[in-house]
Amino acid sequence: MTSKSVSSNNYESYLEYNGKGRGLKSWIFSTDHKRIGLLYLITMLIFFAVGVTFGFLMRLELIAPGKTIMDPQTYNAIFTLHGIIMIFLFIIPGLPAVFGNFFLPILVGAKDVSFPRLNLLSWWLFLIGGLLAIISVFLPGGPADTGWTFYIPYSVRTSTNVFPALLAAFVLGFSSILTGLNFVTTIHRLRVPGMTWFKMPLFVWSLYSTAWIQVLATPIVGITLLLVILERAFGFGIFDPALGGDPVLYQHLFWIYSHPAVYIMIIPAMGVISEIIPVFAQRTIFGYKFIAFSSIAIALFGSLVWAHHMFTVGMSGTAMFVFSLLTFLVAIPSAIKVFNWVSTLYKGSIATDPPLLYALGFIFLFSIGGFTGLIQGALSVNMHIHDTSFIVAHFHYVMFGGTGFGIFAALHFWFPKMFGKKYNLQKAKYGFWTLFIGFNLLYFPLFVMGWLGMPRRYYDYLPEYHIYHLVSTIGSWILILGLIIMFGNFIYALLKGEKTSEVNPWGGETLEWHVPTPPPLENFDEIPTIETDPYQYVQNNSDNVLVKEAN
Amino acid sequence: MSSIDHSASHVHRDDVGSRLGMWLFLFTELILFGGMFLVYSIYRFNYQQEFHLAAKELNTLFGALNTIILLTSSLTMALSITALQKNQKGLSIFLQSVTILFALAFMVNKFFEWSAKFHHGIFPGSETLLEKSNGEILFFGLYYIMTGLHGLHVIIGVVLIGVMTYFTSKNRITSDNYVRLESAGLYWHLVDIIWIFLFPLFYLIT
Amino acid sequence: MDNHSHSNNNHTPHYGIYIIVWLALLILTGVTVAVAGIDFGGLTIATALLIASIKSYLVLTIFMHLKNESKVFSLFVGVALLFLLVSFVLLFADYSFL
Repeated sequence: MTSKSVSSNNYESYLEYNGKGRGLKSWIFSTDHKRIGLLYLITMLIFFAVGVTFGFLMRLELIAPGKTIMDPQTYNAIFTLHGIIMIFLFIIPGLPAVFGNFFLPILVGAKDVSFPRLNLLSWWLFLIGGLLAIISVFLPGGPADTGWTFYIPYSVRTSTNVFPALLAAFVLGFSSILTGLNFVTTIHRLRVPGMTWFKMPLFVWSLYSTAWIQVLATPIVGITLLLVILERAFGFGIFDPALGGDPVLYQHLFWIYSHPAVYIMIIPAMGVISEIIPVFAQRTIFGYKFIAFSSIAIALFGSLVWAHHMFTVGMSGTAMFVFSLLTFLVAIPSAIKVFNWVSTLYKGSIATDPPLLYALGFIFLFSIGGFTGLIQGALSVNMHIHDTSFIVAHFHYVMFGGTGFGIFAALHFWFPKMFGKKYNLQKAKYGFWTLFIGFNLLYFPLFVMGWLGMPRRYYDYLPEYHIYHLVSTIGSWILILGLIIMFGNFIYALLKGEKTSEVNPWGGETLEWHVPTPPPLENFDEIPTIETDPYQYVQNNSDNVLVKEAN
Repeated sequence: MSSIDHSASHVHRDDVGSRLGMWLFLFTELILFGGMFLVYSIYRFNYQQEFHLAAKELNTLFGALNTIILLTSSLTMALSITALQKNQKGLSIFLQSVTILFALAFMVNKFFEWSAKFHHGIFPGSETLLEKSNGEILFFGLYYIMTGLHGLHVIIGVVLIGVMTYFTSKNRITSDNYVRLESAGLYWHLVDIIWIFLFPLFYLIT
Repeated sequence: MDNHSHSNNNHTPHYGIYIIVWLALLILTGVTVAVAGIDFGGLTIATALLIASIKSYLVLTIFMHLKNESKVFSLFVGVALLFLLVSFVLLFADYSFL
């Protein structure tokens, strides 16, 4: 739509309004959903930097067989921390807590979420959990070396700091629950008049499905980690085989949460892609209801497939069969989404701006990740590639290539709206291509050597795997270069970039493109009314979304 | 999807939304205990005889008494909300206080029950317990964790209701603004529901 | 539902119903203790769980006012219980069938 510029001088944006406190206090005690979103963004990116550093060190160690830069115990600790940080502190909160907090209320036309103070509490819990994870590195005893999965019985017996790491995961889970609870209530109660369920933007649908998983699945891992904590502290013997416990039961409980958690990570990214594609193709999204329901379907089926992480532990034949079948089923809703995105692009007037590049990168990498996931869903193949680097490649394609690129796409898409600053489009494109090439160089060799038998989490390897490890490590340097270009571009834009108050730089149709840039404190001067579907690009579309604008 | 009304965005108070949020929170509590019931069910399935044997050590009388206490406290909690709805502030405060007293009685009872077990040398990691079979060790492990965590929830409930009683006395909870009392009530009833399942599964399987 | 009046339960409050439910709960507790001694074989635990479920149903609908809330609340409870149920069923797929 032609951006209807709302005069930007006669309001105070959320960045300027400080409320009661000043300086830092006006941020860390703010209950404004936009400020909380930015708090999450900053903390999350700091943890991301730490996680990337650990990943870089691991890759560097693996550049040649034998000891390169660290001893095996350090290596074990580093892959554990890399996993914990990337999963609990980066990918899980990445989209819901950052962009969900910032844009969910705006997208549904509300002034804030349902429980703003609870929202602030959840950020504080997030911070405390993150600090606990960091503290566990420096306490005597050494950082946890169990892998992020904390498998029993090793996690009960190792003398490293498993306790603070478990506690960190527990607290972070609580933070995630509060966010989910807040979003479900907000979506049910605070939609603007006229916004029926099927007029909600698709990002809202994806957040809704995600929020339900956060509320329902997280408590299971909460209690499981608590049981391990108690077992370590008092010797209960709930999972310890020496006392009759069943370590496989631990794995079941762990994955009852942790597999749905994968969908907590990916569904919001799919929502972002569903927002970006129609804007940059200037076309109505193809199959709105299918995309909306496929989010729900993924949440539903995603809760039923957890044991496909455990095909080699000796489960019953029935369980193997059922979980393998369900795993194949969960691919269907994901495929529906990919089909609909591509169909939306068909015959669109495509603008290859950075957000769309990242969205296309998402589709490409996620598809590879998804298809290789199906390969592992087949029982016989799984026996061969279980716990090899094939798995590592698969989930990095899904988690980093999918969710990570989704987060970057969202950043490029909403950055001007969030900060009122323009970033350099050309540099953003360079960043994308460097990242994309580095990514594939880093992770694709893992597929190949995994297929050939390279186990995951191994400190050393046979000489025949050397070439793949070498390529992979070089890829990691290119990937990091891409990250530096991308974040350098953003930081430059924040510090020195051109200010913009352009309301609708990309020509979007959802509500966030109708509020001033950057948004004012309570988002809307007057509550808008929705009459049409969210992605009306085909008709002459400048006037029909907001009734008040038409008048 | 049901279409509940969408006009709530401009009222600052949204009682339905608050209760919806509270219910969602209760689900997390429910599933937290649900996870433990999962563990319980698997081990009971694997060690049926041992669980029967171990349960003989538990005193049904203690359990039944505590069930009655907790059910009655649930009643007084529900009544206190009705009293407030009828604008009977004094009665409501009285009923809330009675609820707290029942909760404390529950904890005292629990304390004696646990002390008796400890006295017999049955506690996690004790020699008496480690001499028993694996199934019995698991039973008592689960017994301590589940009733302990439930007890923790009772204590949280006591604090929560105590705050509500204070608010009621200071007129911060009134007959036309009592959603916080309702939420505390919902929490308390959930604690009750969990006990409704804990009781037969631990005390009545002999 | 009416947001502006803030009154949530559009029924007039009564004490009586709670007392009746409380009595029912006590009676059910008595029943579950009484039948616990009888050996129904595999049905023993089913009986105990059935009685506990009836008790929970009473607490949910009456004490927790689910009966007077909008349908969304019941739907939510259904979703949560379904999640638990499915977890039990799928978990037992590993333990009980061979």
